[in-house]
Amino acid sequence: MGPETLIEEIRAGLGDAVESVSDSHGDPVIAVKADSVRPVLAALRGAPFDYAVLLDLTCVDFAAGEGRLELVYHLYSLSRNVRLRINASVPAADPAVASLVGLWKNADWLEREVFDMFGVRFDGHPYLRRLLTYEGFEGHPLLKTYPWRLAQPRIPLKDDE
Amino acid sequence: MEPTTRIQREARPESMLLNMGPSHPAMHGTIRVMLELDAERILSAEVEVGYLHRGFEKTCENKTWFNLLPYTDRLNYVSPLINNLGYAMTMEKMLGLTVPERAQLIRVLMGEMSRVSDHLTCLAAMAMECGAFTVFLYMMKAREFLWEAIEFTAGARMTTSYIRIGGVRADLHPDWRGAVATAVKETRKVLKDVSGLLDGNSIFLGRTRDVGILSKEDALSYGWTGPCLRSTGIPYDVRKAHPYLLYDRLDFEVPVGDRGDNYDRYSVRMREMEQSLRLLEQISALIPDMAPLAGGPAVEPAEAIRRSRRQRVEGPVALSPNLEGSEMDRLAGLMAAGGVGVPPKESTYTTMEGLISHFLFFMDGKGIRPPKGDVYFSVEGGNGEVGFYIVSDGTDRPYRLHLRAPCFHIVAALEQLVRGRLVADVIPTFGSMNMIGGELDR
Repeated sequence: MGPETLIEEIRAGLGDAVESVSDSHGDPVIAVKADSVRPVLAALRGAPFDYAVLLDLTCVDFAAGEGRLELVYHLYSLSRNVRLRINASVPAADPAVASLVGLWKNADWLEREVFDMFGVRFDGHPYLRRLLTYEGFEGHPLLKTYPWRLAQPRIPLKDDE
Repeated sequence: MEPTTRIQREARPESMLLNMGPSHPAMHGTIRVMLELDAERILSAEVEVGYLHRGFEKTCENKTWFNLLPYTDRLNYVSPLINNLGYAMTMEKMLGLTVPERAQLIRVLMGEMSRVSDHLTCLAAMAMECGAFTVFLYMMKAREFLWEAIEFTAGARMTTSYIRIGGVRADLHPDWRGAVATAVKETRKVLKDVSGLLDGNSIFLGRTRDVGILSKEDALSYGWTGPCLRSTGIPYDVRKAHPYLLYDRLDFEVPVGDRGDNYDRYSVRMREMEQSLRLLEQISALIPDMAPLAGGPAVEPAEAIRRSRRQRVEGPVALSPNLEGSEMDRLAGLMAAGGVGVPPKESTYTTMEGLISHFLFFMDGKGIRPPKGDVYFSVEGGNGEVGFYIVSDGTDRPYRLHLRAPCFHIVAALEQLVRGRLVADVIPTFGSMNMIGGELDR
């Protein structure tokens, strides 16, 4: 199966969850509706597509002007040796999407990082807590509204618990 | 005070909670591993990362495409050249650049030296933490030879910034061949010694064999790549799966393990270094010696200084081509055309046009301007797939730059690997993962 037919099959298999299919410097990109992220990725993970690896998850802030955050999932299929990028837009005012915990084990940390950096809420995540910054950190540093070099007060030493 | 971590909330009242780290003498890198213990047995664990988070991605959004390169050195600081390479090649994919062949050869050479030094550092620390201090010293010695060969050309051991968008900064040092040959010879000797010291060593085997086992399925589910994934038996290597540079023309094997335990992770790294040394020999044979420059025989620097006291020295001065200010004549074979490289310093300091092109490269809003869009590209780093996801809005700096750090996914599995094991098993398990704070926490 060539790369084009694979994308066509995926498009047919996912039905109206797909918003658009595009090409980014030779890599296939599929934009899906935010409320269908979990079923779409679950379908892609299984046969016949076999995207067994969640390579990466990140987010891009398009809040200014477009009022949305874009989640970017990178998948990799070992058996076909192809990558696939899935984009899903969530409203910047109330960013939320279904969690992938249970499908992939690294989704736990990846989603915690995106929550920490962008404030995206992952519904169904059992332990949505900041990953890279600390408890008590205010704001989400990778949002464009967060000023570069904003200093936050030092956290006090913790009392003995 | 209300406990904030899961392990504090869920721990059974009779068990003991113990912190390993964030600063622990037997853990390289600042990471906090919280353990719930029943005597020596680990009932559950929680890993807390982020102690080295310095806002790499945010910083990159505020630097120009060219100026953010030194920050990539500091991701996986043991093999900075591979990070440089990952970033440079992602940008080249976005800009549609073709890199000259000599630059590609040099990139493979530098990348493989970095890979060996990365594996050496990982195994040295792992062995030391298991009590094998000799192995640590031997491997550090080999790494010094490799870093010396890198330093010859790049001018720095770790923070090199040598691989640039479009090519490399300058040509190889004239004595590079000898330095690389020595490094290969010495490393091979060290690998043989280390194999003899560890492979059948019952203390080492006791702490690594069948400790920290991860199945193939779990390794994929955790997004493992690199030597750690291959230790479980899956031969995924970006150099083979998606060949870049000249890797499809070079002969090397991808070693795999079969059990996915600490020992396999050690053994895969050992065998990979052997393959990288083979690659270094092949690539050294492929890189042609530098062609002599036109313009007559060059004057030795000391002689040129002596003569210059009396009159202006005519003709070229014999300087190493990797020195800033003497790279111009060779730049065409090392850097893609299209104004992506820094204008050579000779012309900046001596001609008006050179100075103008220098300003046009470095001024705000000028310089490298990739088209709008996003791009993902990855290379095989010391720990696995080092991927860059970059979004450009057409300006002089990234709209968004994200690093896919391989050890992020690997360390995420630590909680599962140590559950049910003994406290002492945390050390070799963590060691075999090669956690690099600069890359993990960004």
